[in-house]
Amino acid sequence: MALEIRDLHVAVDGKEILKGVSLNVERGSTHALMGPNGSGKSTLSYTLMGHPKYLITQGDALIDGVSLLEMTPDQRARAGLFLAMQYPVAISGVSLYSFLHAATSAVRGFGDRSARPARGRFNAHLMPMREFRKEVNGKLDLLEMDPVFLRRYLNEGFSGGEKKRAEILQMALLKPKFSVLDETDSGLDIDALRIVSKGINALQDELNMGLLVITHYQRILNYIHPDVVHIFVDGRVVKTGDAKLAEILEEQGYEWVRQELALGD
Amino acid sequence: MSVNQDKLRDIKEQDRYDFRTEIDYVHRSRRGIGVDVVHEISALKGEPQWMLDFRLKALDIFLEMPMPEWGVDLGALDFEEFYYFMRATDTKKRTWEEVPDAIKDTFDKLGIPEAERKYLAGVETQMDSEAVYSSLKEEWESQGILFVDMDTAVREHPELVQAHISTVVPIRDNKFAALNSAFWSGGSFVYVPKGVNVEIPLQAYFRINAQSLGQFERTIIIADEGSNVHYIEGCTAPQYAEAALHTGVIEIFVRKGAHARYTTIQNWSRNVYNLVTQRAVVDEDGLMEWVDGNLGSGVTMKYPAVILKGARARGMILSIAFAGDDQHYDAGAKAIHLAPDTNSIITSKSISKGNGRSGFRGLVHVARGAERAQSKVVCDALLLDPESRSDTYPYIDVSEDNSKIEHEATVSKISEDQLFYLMSRGLTEEQASAIIINGFLEPFVKELPMEYAVELNRLIQLQMEGSVG
Repeated sequence: MALEIRDLHVAVDGKEILKGVSLNVERGSTHALMGPNGSGKSTLSYTLMGHPKYLITQGDALIDGVSLLEMTPDQRARAGLFLAMQYPVAISGVSLYSFLHAATSAVRGFGDRSARPARGRFNAHLMPMREFRKEVNGKLDLLEMDPVFLRRYLNEGFSGGEKKRAEILQMALLKPKFSVLDETDSGLDIDALRIVSKGINALQDELNMGLLVITHYQRILNYIHPDVVHIFVDGRVVKTGDAKLAEILEEQGYEWVRQELALGD
Repeated sequence: MSVNQDKLRDIKEQDRYDFRTEIDYVHRSRRGIGVDVVHEISALKGEPQWMLDFRLKALDIFLEMPMPEWGVDLGALDFEEFYYFMRATDTKKRTWEEVPDAIKDTFDKLGIPEAERKYLAGVETQMDSEAVYSSLKEEWESQGILFVDMDTAVREHPELVQAHISTVVPIRDNKFAALNSAFWSGGSFVYVPKGVNVEIPLQAYFRINAQSLGQFERTIIIADEGSNVHYIEGCTAPQYAEAALHTGVIEIFVRKGAHARYTTIQNWSRNVYNLVTQRAVVDEDGLMEWVDGNLGSGVTMKYPAVILKGARARGMILSIAFAGDDQHYDAGAKAIHLAPDTNSIITSKSISKGNGRSGFRGLVHVARGAERAQSKVVCDALLLDPESRSDTYPYIDVSEDNSKIEHEATVSKISEDQLFYLMSRGLTEEQASAIIINGFLEPFVKELPMEYAVELNRLIQLQMEGSVG
């Protein structure tokens, strides 16, 4: 049971960004993917989730042995993949609550039209309100979020930290098998980072989730302990090790990796 | 009278409005327009001479006025095709049990009696040309409120009707106002006495059931000083091969310090021409609100208007239009400022899908003497497909220097990143689009009573699926 990435090559606007990425994230394990800005980390996360802008030229990505490539983003979500985005977009007029209700219901199969009676109630595609409300409240507590938050329009006027919390709140409700956290630590102050990390850890335990933590800094790895650390430069994984690798990287910087690579050539 | 029963049938499973009821009409006029038809309608209704004279004068004006050559394409509209009057039942009923079964089934299917029990102060239902049922709850009747169909008003309150009819929308205002004045039948007459606050809505439900019908609702609402009233109209029709014509005239009088709101959720089938004139005159410190939702019809021309006659009078016109394939809206709003410190807010939201086209025509007029008038016009258009179209035609005409007029217009598309974001959370492309659209329409939907908001969301879903007939 794993999220497998096999020799993935991806181009954007005709330019190759990922140049053969291979990773194997088992359920329950945590992998950190660390790399400098512009190395293609976000391209990897968007590609896995199926953003139409990214063209896969070679390779494959699979969830529990099933290829993701032919799936639309919503099918990937329903297959158990989640992406906590670095820059979630705002959608005006849609409350966080109603969005969470719709998304949670969709991922849990309430949205399946064929399962609905032909003249079912209007909200047949939604999870029963009371049950959902109770669950949301529990997750808000976990992430120390104020319920007032739910009434705001999705990501509209959210601070950087609020957006990141809202992303993890979504993860908590969608209960994925595998999550890619794209720079979740950016925009979080130290207290928020601690709370969000605690939430992520609790969810990983609860869901036996495989985590791919994409980050520029080692900071978040003090709270979310990786089993495996990959260093990612110029569209490929150049070095893989255990948690110590992140510490060395933090001390020595990416320049050290580049030098090592140069020596190795 | 004989009525065939059990002949209700669904044409399409998804659309609960697209069904027709087999009715043996008690009376049906010949096809087409003529002095004879006007005489016939007036005689059948037992009208006084003044009303017959009003109709005949209007027919003359209608015949001499040219067809409008702007807005929508009315080239295929042939006035000789339509029936101008159809009577479904002999007498209008006061209790639901008395209503003939086939008609009752129609409105049962549309959920009207249930709605009346739950959250309405009064209901009038009109099938084709005339009201078939109307009622007002005792608590409101006892406060002196009048809520009757217009035919009854002409019989029972002729002086009130005569004093108000066509004083806000003159016969000559436009060709369709003249047509309505000649052939009007049905519609509502509402009078709310001074200081009376009708806390829950009054609803009128207009149904076109017959093929090739011309339906001409005529409505007058008078909100006397310091009163408050909310009137809601719903409109539906089944899909026929031949076109139907809905031409309403609505005149509203908002007296000093009164507040009136008129909400429309229009879901006519695509073969309906919807050509409506609705206008309110507002006295000092009064407030008129038009909340206008257009989802159905093939061609619509409609420009709700407020004439701000008294000092500090206010008008709000909030509209949405969702033009799907083969639908063309030429909708808009007018605010006429005649007095000092008057204020108008016009918000228009339109969505165009497929080859649908929605146009907004807005007029803000500030007359000499309307000092410190303020008006804000906001038009937002959302285009769902490359071939969809939206047009904005703002007209601003200001005669006072110290007035403040703002106009904003935006045209947007659903962005790839928004769709991707929602889809990455498990929502299908269709669901994601619907959510973005609901968000776009939120400023409108939040003004509706909850039951209507739910219904509107359902209609939008149907419109997205392209199955609204």
